[in-house]
Amino acid sequence: MNSIQFDERGRLKHFISIEGLSRELLTKILDVAESFIEVKDRKVKKVPLLRGKSIINLFFEPSTRTRTTFEMAAKGLSADVLNFNISASSTSKGESLTDMLHNLEAMYCDMFVVRHAASGAAHFIAQNVSHHVHVVNAGDGCHEHPTQAMLDVLTIRQYKGDFAPLKVAIVGDILHSRVARSLIYALNTLGTEEVRIIAPRTLLPLNAQDMGVSVYENLRDGLQDVDVVVMLRLQRERMQSALLPNEHEFFQFYGLNEDVLAEAKPDVIVMHPGPINRGVEIASSVADGEQSVILRQVSNGIAVRMAVMAMTLGAAI
Amino acid sequence: MSERFQPLNQQLSSILDKMVADIQSRLQAQGIDDAVMIGIRTGGVWVAEALHQRMSLPEPLGHLNISFYRDDFSKIGLHPQVEPSALPFAVDDRHIVLVDDVLHTGRTIRAALNELFDYGRPASVLLAVLVDRPGRELPVQADVIGQFLELDSSEYVQVSGPPDTPICVSLKTT
Repeated sequence: MNSIQFDERGRLKHFISIEGLSRELLTKILDVAESFIEVKDRKVKKVPLLRGKSIINLFFEPSTRTRTTFEMAAKGLSADVLNFNISASSTSKGESLTDMLHNLEAMYCDMFVVRHAASGAAHFIAQNVSHHVHVVNAGDGCHEHPTQAMLDVLTIRQYKGDFAPLKVAIVGDILHSRVARSLIYALNTLGTEEVRIIAPRTLLPLNAQDMGVSVYENLRDGLQDVDVVVMLRLQRERMQSALLPNEHEFFQFYGLNEDVLAEAKPDVIVMHPGPINRGVEIASSVADGEQSVILRQVSNGIAVRMAVMAMTLGAAI
Repeated sequence: MSERFQPLNQQLSSILDKMVADIQSRLQAQGIDDAVMIGIRTGGVWVAEALHQRMSLPEPLGHLNISFYRDDFSKIGLHPQVEPSALPFAVDDRHIVLVDDVLHTGRTIRAALNELFDYGRPASVLLAVLVDRPGRELPVQADVIGQFLELDSSEYVQVSGPPDTPICVSLKTT
């Protein structure tokens, strides 16, 4: 599955999806990410590893935070970063995607970080770039957001250690969430005891049973005894039909507040990929509370992206 | 091959004692009484721990991981060893005793100095190595040497240490 991620010698060349990656490789990425964490505490907040390499952020979907963390990660490795503003670019003048890529490659870039509204876009781009160019998927449609999953599992590992005894609940708009999909793959590959998805029927994928998860439609039941709760944002921009009555009702039944959080273990940690919608999927008191590790996730995002870039641009394993 | 090497392991304790005496006399000669020590991962850390203990230095030992400063990234990619660097003190204006197990080409020390300077500006750096072997590819010299060993290109020195074994040195061939 997705063997395009590996070169002819079995080394990680592109980072497109969690699906298809082994437990050893995921663990290796986490270990490498851990060693990048302290770099941001130094006087000189970078290492010279990718000095002289050019990394282009190709964001076809709007994003400030993800693009910024990728930029900070690339700069933390001393690489040069270019942000490609798609709406102002030649694709709006009718240029095809492959033509645009070849034009960019002629400018001697080493890596594309791609976010696109179409599922499979990163894979398509990886198939169409020259041999020396690497691709990192920053989110493709509803398919995967692999670096987000890696920073999520890094955060879980930091607070909980071993994945084997953990119950992890993912709550919210699972149907449209590439974050959920990548995270489910990662947690299962890392040997998590139980992954639960909790959502109204309209926001559950049709093949939920085949995803290696336990499915709940009741939040209180689903949170019983869990160690980690991951709240997802309602992906309004991806909803094409009336899947919810209104956000207020969503918050009543699926919003995380202190009362329902008490069903989980006392040392439960609360996560959210961000940006958070206070009062829609999560109450302020929980988002800002002691159990929230949301801000830690953000810092981990830089270290994880540094690890992924360093490992793909160099020979890994 | 192993006969000339045996003395090193058997006399390891006295070699380390002698290194301590050399380091101390050098620091005294320059009027330094507040030096800190940093070991280079992984072998250098074991040697540094042994020295640090003997010298009863007040500040904890620093650990330097030079994986991200190596000069062979474009040839061999990311080095597998990834224990992070950990310096429990600020580097600015400090006198540093930098410790490694083997000084061979000098590239590790070059990387270590580059990394150290990204943490701050030390007042001075004194290099102490357990084994000095010929084969320098850069103009790097040690200030304190445990033992000089004439090795050929197929031989290399491996230091092992706690928690698996007490600190010991072995000679290997590729």
